[in-house]
Amino acid sequence: MDPYALKTLNAERRARRAAILVTDLGDGRDRIVREGDQVAGDLGAAIAKAFRSGNSGSVEAEGRTFFLNAHLPQPRLVVIGAVHISQALAPMAKIAGYPLEIIDPRTAFATPDRFPDVALHAEWPEDVLKRQPLDSYTALAAVTHDPKIDDFALKAALDANCFYVGALGSRKTHAKRVERLLALGASADQIARIHAPIGLDIGAASPAEIAVAVLAQVVHAFRSRGLDAKGVAA
Amino acid sequence: MSDNIYLDEARDPLIIAEGWMKDGKDVAIATVVETWGSAPRPVGSHLVIDADGNFHGSVSGGCVEGAVVTEAIDVIDTGKAKMLEFGVADEAAWQVGLSCGGRIKVYVERLG
Repeated sequence: MDPYALKTLNAERRARRAAILVTDLGDGRDRIVREGDQVAGDLGAAIAKAFRSGNSGSVEAEGRTFFLNAHLPQPRLVVIGAVHISQALAPMAKIAGYPLEIIDPRTAFATPDRFPDVALHAEWPEDVLKRQPLDSYTALAAVTHDPKIDDFALKAALDANCFYVGALGSRKTHAKRVERLLALGASADQIARIHAPIGLDIGAASPAEIAVAVLAQVVHAFRSRGLDAKGVAA
Repeated sequence: MSDNIYLDEARDPLIIAEGWMKDGKDVAIATVVETWGSAPRPVGSHLVIDADGNFHGSVSGGCVEGAVVTEAIDVIDTGKAKMLEFGVADEAAWQVGLSCGGRIKVYVERLG
């Protein structure tokens, strides 16, 4: 392995950016491809697929055998609101491989009793997200119903190009939210990325069922996420 | 910034390999490039080895690590990469094997 390739790969991994180490198994030469880099032909198609799935594997292209080692950042799920839905969502998300954090400044809600074994921040999203910025491998679900708590986080998630942004609330509630987010400076294109009402439309009624619908939507967003160069630094 | 909350730098084989390199050590990297059947570690898993036989990570959960380390020291000496294949031990060809019945292919290369 080329030492420079290893250093580059580790730098990308530390920065939570996706990268693939492409090794020619014939002559051992390797290089790093970052998400958003253009690679032509069969090799490029295989690389795009590996970025989407996160699966590593060998591929035949240009009469050679390449090994693609895909390094995707661990996806995170940030939930704004220590509510009933979050209580059901926390263990489900953990099982599915999306470690979850909960942010809610209301200390009556955000208690370790209600959320055992969950990373819990009883603080305003403004404060937590300053320390732990959102990124394109983070999903954000805002479920407090309270604009004072949700709005800032939603705007931050859109600006950070989170792979998923969802917000609880009826269509009517969402229409008002759209007005507020526009006032905060969000663009119409950004706002169109918000999943609201939150969750896949599976007729979910109970908090636990809504959690299933949200998690399914997060997984779908992750596995089908766009591979354009948005948010990818050179 | 807390970019590394999901990257365990103390145990990550590739981070360790980079650290060894900075310390001036000779390093080999072994990677699972193909699996068949019930392989213990997924494709892409790494074992990193230094010239003294110290290692981190895993390619098989312990079954064939010893053999990979031996081969890796040879790879460090010669600089020539090797493709190793392991299956169940009693299928004749392999001296060490995977008790789970699967087969794996491991690519061993020198760093630099």
